[in-house]
Amino acid sequence: MSASATPMIEMAAVSKWYSPQFQVLKDCTTSVDRGEVVVVCGPSGSGKSTLIKCVNALEPFQAGTIRVDGINLSDPGTNLPKLRARIGMVFQHFELFPHLKITENLCLAQEKVLGRSREEAMAKGRALLDRVGLAAHAEKFPGQLSGGQQQRVAIARALAMDPIAMLFDEPTSALDPEMITEVLDVMVELAREGMTMMVVTHEMGFARKVAHRVIFMDQGEIIEDRSKDEFFGSPRSDRAQLFLSKILSH
Amino acid sequence: MNYTWNWGIFWELNPEGTGTYLDMLLMGLRWTLATAALAALIALVFGSIIGVIRTLPNRGLVLAGDAWVEFFRNIPLLVQLFLWYFVLPELLPKAAGMWLKTLPNASFWTGAIGVGLFMSSRVAEQVKAGIRSLPRGQSMAGTALGLTTAQTYRYVLLPMAFRIILPPLTSELLNTVKNTSVALTIGLMELTARTRAMQEYSFQVFEAFTAATLIYLALNASLTFLMRRLERAVAVPGYVTGK
Repeated sequence: MSASATPMIEMAAVSKWYSPQFQVLKDCTTSVDRGEVVVVCGPSGSGKSTLIKCVNALEPFQAGTIRVDGINLSDPGTNLPKLRARIGMVFQHFELFPHLKITENLCLAQEKVLGRSREEAMAKGRALLDRVGLAAHAEKFPGQLSGGQQQRVAIARALAMDPIAMLFDEPTSALDPEMITEVLDVMVELAREGMTMMVVTHEMGFARKVAHRVIFMDQGEIIEDRSKDEFFGSPRSDRAQLFLSKILSH
Repeated sequence: MNYTWNWGIFWELNPEGTGTYLDMLLMGLRWTLATAALAALIALVFGSIIGVIRTLPNRGLVLAGDAWVEFFRNIPLLVQLFLWYFVLPELLPKAAGMWLKTLPNASFWTGAIGVGLFMSSRVAEQVKAGIRSLPRGQSMAGTALGLTTAQTYRYVLLPMAFRIILPPLTSELLNTVKNTSVALTIGLMELTARTRAMQEYSFQVFEAFTAATLIYLALNASLTFLMRRLERAVAVPGYVTGK
């Protein structure tokens, strides 16, 4: 089987417990193909953020297997830092490094992980800043930018590593409403360029626009995993219907 | 009270033949400074290492770090100095014990290392608290970018943690300076010891201790001033602490 035929992300029967009584993930099986955009939604506490954090081994899991680009995360021989460097991740609270200028935020991992020179890293960083419309803020510190601007920098920081896939963990949930669009615009553009994306979000407009598939989770389980059209059309599970009716009612 | 004040005493010669009484006090100040400097360095280095260790996801290391902190902070400093100075040489093999006892400036080394280790437990607590005060997402972001644990600490967590704990670290630095006076009990002729000697030679107890008080005050006020400058120099633009 050629590399391009294997899915980018494969999860098989992934289970995770916080304690013997509390299981956060129950037998989650799904996959994300190369170039595919998958939206993960569900009520809070459903395990969707935990699931996405398992993909780059930020969260350990006790059962099942996850393969990224064919590499098994649980294999003791897997170099996790190296694998993580190839997967971009964007967090709900941006998580820029507050003591570093925007350019330094963009260069740090390029230099320390990929071994790029300062000039090379800087050129890459500036090009990406320009792409997310923030070239003018290159020399500022994260605390001097708005939430939406910080999140766009965070996306640029992840892209600077030339990732093979991008994970988004509720990228717009901490933003004021007027800043959500500017972040979603960047993500839509990215999706249209063919980036493999797994996105935990409640932004159903984004899902309708660019998602290929939608995964609905509740209480640690994947309840639905279907194409976008199937998900937003009917029929679908009661729980997903209830969830959608609540978030789409306004 | 039948007491004859004599503020000119500082310019009178001391009976040790080492110059004036003021010279005697300043000689003590030099030992105080040397002891405090070495102790502060030890406290910072060991405190940082132990503080970091206690935040790592490794039970053995965390337990070792906890044990360090509990040992050095639960025993009075005076007892610790006695342990290192009087008890340790007896417990060591004869040759090593002999070497320790005849070490030149033994009370200085013992005082500096003893105070340094004592203070390292307090620094470790603060370094740990500083790291813990950062959002959990910060280390996740470092990890997600492919940084190793060591790199995440070096480039992401510690630069912010140290900025956050600079004010309490200033207090610990002042405590380190003040705690060096305990080393007079193991024979270190630092400022407090010299002050007592001056009192015993001259019977000018108020003048001697007024001078010591003012010197300690001036020393710690200068350190506070320098640390405030440092805080301002490393302040992060736009970053509001307590977020």
